[in-house]
Amino acid sequence: MVDTKVNLLGIELDNPIIPASGTFGYGYEFAEFYDINMLGTFSFKGTTKEPRFGNPTPRIAECTAGMINSVGLQNPGVEKVIAEELPKLKKVFNKKVMANVGGFSIDEYKEVCEKLDKEEQVGWIEVNISCPNVHGGGMSFGTDPKSAFEVTKEVKKVTTKPIIVKLSPNVTDIVSMAKAVEDAGADGVSLINTLLGMRINLKTREPVIKNVMGGFSGPAIFPVAVRMVYQVANAVKIPVIGMGGIATAEDVIEMMMAGATAVEIGAQNLIDPYASKNIIEDLPRVMKKYKITSLKELIKGE
Amino acid sequence: MKQVFLKITKNEHLTKDVLKMVLKGDVSDIKAGQFVNIKIEGEYLRRPISVCDLGKNTLTLIYKVVGKGTEIMANMKKGEVLDVLTGLGNGYDLSCAGERPLLVGGGVGVPPLYLLAKELKKQGKDITVTLGFNTKDEIFYEKEFSKLGKVFVTTVDGSYGIKGFVTNALENVDATYFYSCGPEPMLKALSNATKISGELSFEERMGCGFGACMGCSCKTLTGNKRICKEGPVMKKEEIIW
Repeated sequence: MVDTKVNLLGIELDNPIIPASGTFGYGYEFAEFYDINMLGTFSFKGTTKEPRFGNPTPRIAECTAGMINSVGLQNPGVEKVIAEELPKLKKVFNKKVMANVGGFSIDEYKEVCEKLDKEEQVGWIEVNISCPNVHGGGMSFGTDPKSAFEVTKEVKKVTTKPIIVKLSPNVTDIVSMAKAVEDAGADGVSLINTLLGMRINLKTREPVIKNVMGGFSGPAIFPVAVRMVYQVANAVKIPVIGMGGIATAEDVIEMMMAGATAVEIGAQNLIDPYASKNIIEDLPRVMKKYKITSLKELIKGE
Repeated sequence: MKQVFLKITKNEHLTKDVLKMVLKGDVSDIKAGQFVNIKIEGEYLRRPISVCDLGKNTLTLIYKVVGKGTEIMANMKKGEVLDVLTGLGNGYDLSCAGERPLLVGGGVGVPPLYLLAKELKKQGKDITVTLGFNTKDEIFYEKEFSKLGKVFVTTVDGSYGIKGFVTNALENVDATYFYSCGPEPMLKALSNATKISGELSFEERMGCGFGACMGCSCKTLTGNKRICKEGPVMKKEEIIW
């Protein structure tokens, strides 16, 4: 018997597999495919103060071993998420969920975090300061250590649950970003968000994405993610959630060896609705193969 | 929604760049106006293709080669097995048809109307079909549709049937309701040209095809909708052009 359990900031997860925000909706679409209670948890769709449609379409582009999206935080707004999405989720998911929060000002981040912090279903709050698809929004907090420090500090003041700050890879020095949010009181960090990318349609000579650029994700970015998780995990004392291009149970182990306490699965859920389930079911086989009896033994400091 | 593995029994050209693929397997979770999302070896995202016809254990797809994904599909051989997500999208609402439904398709928008026509025929409806193509060489399924109802074909260059667009063939049609699928300019023109109510099937670049990524959303008068989930079929009255 192998032990896949990990502890994420005081809450034990049956396994370290967490579908990433923006690739798993509010959960119930996937509950039509399988019992999502088998997940460690999942991070729900990035939620903002006001409802958002997001960017104009087309906002999806095919890439080699990956995809670009420029959805731009489409969501029904925090009020509706609490009134409608969370009750719907409760019917199909009995574990704590990770609330993902986006924003355009410190006040907005504070307000949304404070509201979601009061929800019993929410176990952690993942503060997205790294969405590449919103102008003047999340990304500017995610590329300047001072702003990242500020937003983290303010959000911490109004919340009781663990705050995980989601970092952007679109920076010169991700370690300084991680350190800034750790100094501000973040309980954990998650990385990497998508890499800013672009495709051009040869026939029309125009960008495929209406918004020109978007966030590049998928297996192609996995080595970048492993490198950044490794750098950050060696520089901070708080837990790191690793993500970026994970597609197999082997990738999960590699990401944990790089220093991750848990992992998020993103784009893979979109091309295979069973991706997270298959990875969880395959983990024990891969653990046995590499003589790992407990995933906890891979985690730095455990 | 269901993930199934279907075996190719036929994959042949209908025109120069339009092919018909017949797949065998569990097709229990599919209805008219829905689409399937196909995993294609070598490509990252699945490819959404509308459902053209259903048999007891068979699914027929008609698709046009427009890019790398459909090019790979065109080279697939009989016997290959595909990973397919089925039962995607809302499909057409047959209960609105009335006695004399009008079906209007343009180009590769024609295929999803075929299963719909078969279903409506089963209900004893008096069906009129208008199929629009650019030119004579691109026409497919005229004979198949003519077994189910009265068919008008239009070509933009006038090389076959009525010269012009699908809307040029509507003058003497007395229909109770319309169902359509085709390029957006055609859908808009049709919507403007008809006094009756109807349904239009849209397309958009999709990430997942099952409602998770929000990649294919559009704004409607009844709120934001995902083309892959609350669509691809929309009611005429809710569309913002």
